[in-house]
Amino acid sequence: MKRDRALHCLKKCVNAQDIVVAVYQTLFDWMAINPRDLNYLSTGAMGHASSHGLGLALANPDRRVLIFDGDGSLLMNLGSLATIADACPENLFHFVFVNGVYEVNGSHPIPARDKVDFCRIALGCGYRYSQRFETLECLEESIAGLLARAGPILVEIKVEPGKMFPRNYDYIHSAKARQIFRTALNSSPPT
Amino acid sequence: MTPSGFTVKDAPNVRNPVGQTIIESLKNAGIRFVVALPDIVTSEGLLWPISRDKQLRLIRICREEEGVSICAAMSYNDTRAILLMQQTGLMASLNALRAVGMEYRLPVAMMVGLQGKEVHLSPEKSNSYGVRIIRPVLDAMGIPHTLIEQPDDVSQIVPAIDDVYSRSLPHALLVGRALNAA
Repeated sequence: MKRDRALHCLKKCVNAQDIVVAVYQTLFDWMAINPRDLNYLSTGAMGHASSHGLGLALANPDRRVLIFDGDGSLLMNLGSLATIADACPENLFHFVFVNGVYEVNGSHPIPARDKVDFCRIALGCGYRYSQRFETLECLEESIAGLLARAGPILVEIKVEPGKMFPRNYDYIHSAKARQIFRTALNSSPPT
Repeated sequence: MTPSGFTVKDAPNVRNPVGQTIIESLKNAGIRFVVALPDIVTSEGLLWPISRDKQLRLIRICREEEGVSICAAMSYNDTRAILLMQQTGLMASLNALRAVGMEYRLPVAMMVGLQGKEVHLSPEKSNSYGVRIIRPVLDAMGIPHTLIEQPDDVSQIVPAIDDVYSRSLPHALLVGRALNAA
């Protein structure tokens, strides 16, 4: 499915109080599709979205934390799946956008492309549930029910580029972006 | 024979910090989460007691750099955490510290066991290359550090952690001797 269509689908299910941690092209597309102050933009080192998401989920147990990870990114921090499963935050929802390549670094294939099964790895580490989606229709049918479950859950979404949005690296790494998130986190009460 | 060439009977008689006093200092500094990967220097005196402590939540990690991001993310609503690890783990975490600690200026409090350091030598005089380079590496990155070696050094923990959160920067508390459990 086209990535932008998948993100539009997810947008319908993201509440105002949810934290969304996204990375790379998925982040840039999400920033354009659903700009909001509780988007967490600054994950610093590649592969660390899941670890930032875990920290946010543990420190903010009354909010849902949605991680929009990449397949190449998660491969750099696979151990975080065991860490998350061990900590077992019910409010953590881990989406992995699988495109098979390091897209922003020249679209080189990831190791074991088309073989790595993140759903099975997550379950093997102790996530409560995982599911893979290859069509937008199936994702649209299931997404609300998935987000009603107790986490941690992992959702694998097979994507190809759709409408692409500009890569504003300066902004996602800026102090302003972090301050906007911090202010929103501490001024909007969780539901 | 120790790595530095001393026999056990020749080992200097030194006083070690007490783990329980360090744990109390962490609580006094407002630490709620301990994010850890086991380190033999702090295992008996800190990590095992912390694992049984009801006032601290222990998060076990698979690789130390995870802890840098976990602690930094927690700080956005002023939740205080400390990353407990060995100096080898600190070396494995340098890129994450470079990014979120120094470039983003986010607070990351660290307690680092100096595995292989001789009890009577400063880190720079250690026979262990991995120990010798720690403070120069931290200095090169601009990361403040404090050596916790004598029992009296424990009094530096609370001000150091307060400094981490007031200045929003990393700080490494370097534990140079095995800790007494109580």
